[in-house]
Amino acid sequence: MDALDRVVKPKTKRAKRFLEKREPKLSENVKNAMLIKGGNANLTVTQVLRDVYALKKPYGILYKKKNITRPFEDQTSLEFFSKKSDCSLFMFGSHNKKRPNNLVIGRMYDYHVLDMIELGIEKFVSLKDIKNSKCPEGTKPMLIFAGNDFDVTEDYRRLKSLLTDFFRGPTVSNIRLAGLEYVLHFTALNGKIYFRSYKLLLKKSGCRTPRIELEEMGPSLDLVLRRTHLASDDLYKLSMKMPKALKPKKKKNISHDTFGTTYGRIHMQKQDLSKLQTRKMKGLKKRPAERITEDQEKKSKRIKKN
Amino acid sequence: MEGQSVEELLAKAEQDEAEKLRLITVHKELELEFDLGNLLASDRNPPTGLRRGGPTPEAELKALARDNTQLLINQLWQLPTERVEEAVVAQLPEPITRLPREKPVPRPRPLTRWQQFARLKGIRPKKKTNLVWDEVSGQWRRRWGYQRARDDTKEWLIEVPGNADPLEDQFAKRTQAKKERVAKNELNRLRNLARAHKMQLPSSAGLHPTGHQSKEELGRALQVAKVSTASVGRFQERLPKEKAPRGSGKKRKFQPLFGDFAAEKKSQLEMLRVMNSKKPQLDVTRATNKQMREEDQEEAAKRRKMGQKGKRKGGRQGPGGKRKGGPPSQGGKSKGGLGGKMNSGPPGLGSKRKGGQRQGGKKRK
Repeated sequence: MDALDRVVKPKTKRAKRFLEKREPKLSENVKNAMLIKGGNANLTVTQVLRDVYALKKPYGILYKKKNITRPFEDQTSLEFFSKKSDCSLFMFGSHNKKRPNNLVIGRMYDYHVLDMIELGIEKFVSLKDIKNSKCPEGTKPMLIFAGNDFDVTEDYRRLKSLLTDFFRGPTVSNIRLAGLEYVLHFTALNGKIYFRSYKLLLKKSGCRTPRIELEEMGPSLDLVLRRTHLASDDLYKLSMKMPKALKPKKKKNISHDTFGTTYGRIHMQKQDLSKLQTRKMKGLKKRPAERITEDQEKKSKRIKKN
Repeated sequence: MEGQSVEELLAKAEQDEAEKLRLITVHKELELEFDLGNLLASDRNPPTGLRRGGPTPEAELKALARDNTQLLINQLWQLPTERVEEAVVAQLPEPITRLPREKPVPRPRPLTRWQQFARLKGIRPKKKTNLVWDEVSGQWRRRWGYQRARDDTKEWLIEVPGNADPLEDQFAKRTQAKKERVAKNELNRLRNLARAHKMQLPSSAGLHPTGHQSKEELGRALQVAKVSTASVGRFQERLPKEKAPRGSGKKRKFQPLFGDFAAEKKSQLEMLRVMNSKKPQLDVTRATNKQMREEDQEEAAKRRKMGQKGKRKGGRQGPGGKRKGGPPSQGGKSKGGLGGKMNSGPPGLGSKRKGGQRQGGKKRK
């Protein structure tokens, strides 16, 4: 609990900054990812983890040693790592006869496992097998999901949200157009998920927007969905809760039509219509005699009321 | 004639435009969904072209990726741009996809005792300089902390005041006073923390003596204190006029395992008969009690809402909202009951409730 953290006050400014970085905030930090090897990880899986680490630098931690845990049975060790290194995303690789080339990708909420999806790697081409120039590390990738499978089942929908969360990088308000360098493309087809990454080449076209040519750059994986451990609906809803301060403010007195017309509302005080400024019609102008009689009538009315 | 030439010109202009955009247009059956804040695009079109691909559909995947990326880039290039230090920078909108947070929303911390006092009195923090001129050392020193300007404990000469005991150690007195101040500060900080911590937990009101507790709180505290002995309150005497506490008996009563066989057989057969019967069983007293209780609750909620509305302008929808939540679910059930087909699945209890609600529904409308 945060109260227990504050009982012992940090003695240095550095410790205080460290704790402040880890406490819950309104607008959060970029999510860190930890990449863990299981007790029996083979070369493929290790290479996959290393490639993903290269994609996720500097927001990732690659653990060099093997950790003998089973994420689907016991999540305490993962939660302990997450708490120590302040990482809310993780990727765990292992290999055994029943599940060859296994990759568990997951995320945490409040240092407890929220979602976990197990994927099997069928084919893998690593970064160093494709011999061409790569993009600098830390670039924000573009993500594209193709295939209608990603909206059909709940598993696939969560997988899409998990992959977006994993690979999206820091949220920025401006982006340099020339710095859009690579794209991660996920295709769901026939029960398999093809993950390809391409480097972007901008070619001249007749107008301002360039024509795109792609060059295969990075790790390419053929994945198969295996087990899933998804969070219950209320835990998921709790984790999605947005603080009130961040909700977009609704502008009052403005409404929109179905046709796209914007309507505004103006509130005015009550007008005295007798004093309304209209066109002056000379014929209707009051003559002095009439005005005197009107005043007398008003006075008599006032006396009557009293 | 001129009309024709104008039309021709327009058609030609359109053709030119199309030519220009030929290189970057992509035809898709379903439009992609873009989330430019995350640089994300979702293509809902089923990838039919790839099904023929065979074992390694690399080329088709690349073509599909190229098309999708082209569409995403087209969208990105339409964003408003500005020049920032010789680079053309596009302003991204807010990300649309909602992703779960990694930590819970921070709870607003309650004010400390000083903050409450300051708010009451209208005291605002005065802006102070970081450094203070120290005459003794002849330099600018910080206001508080390590090597501060006017450090009481670091003086090398202290005059013994007139009324003090001449054998008293003034230096020790000063260090002792400092230690006491530090301890008091720490105590207050922990107390503020405990108060904040306590407010965030479900309230154990009444069990901590504050001097102004309500009658119910005192009653609850009394009950809890009575039961918190080693023999769970069995040997605690009651005061002469004290009444037994309400609702402190067993919550459920279970029949013994080997009891009256005839009674058990009878009750089981009765249950089967009720389940198989097509007509719903209606327990009139239970239904009317339930109805009366709901009406009372509604009245209380309405009164509360009126009272609150009098106090504040915007009436809170809390109790009203809860009220709305209740009836539709029951209304749904009653509709199912009225629908006609009555399965023997739901046992007698469910059917009793349905019967009650049917009455209630009519009454309300």
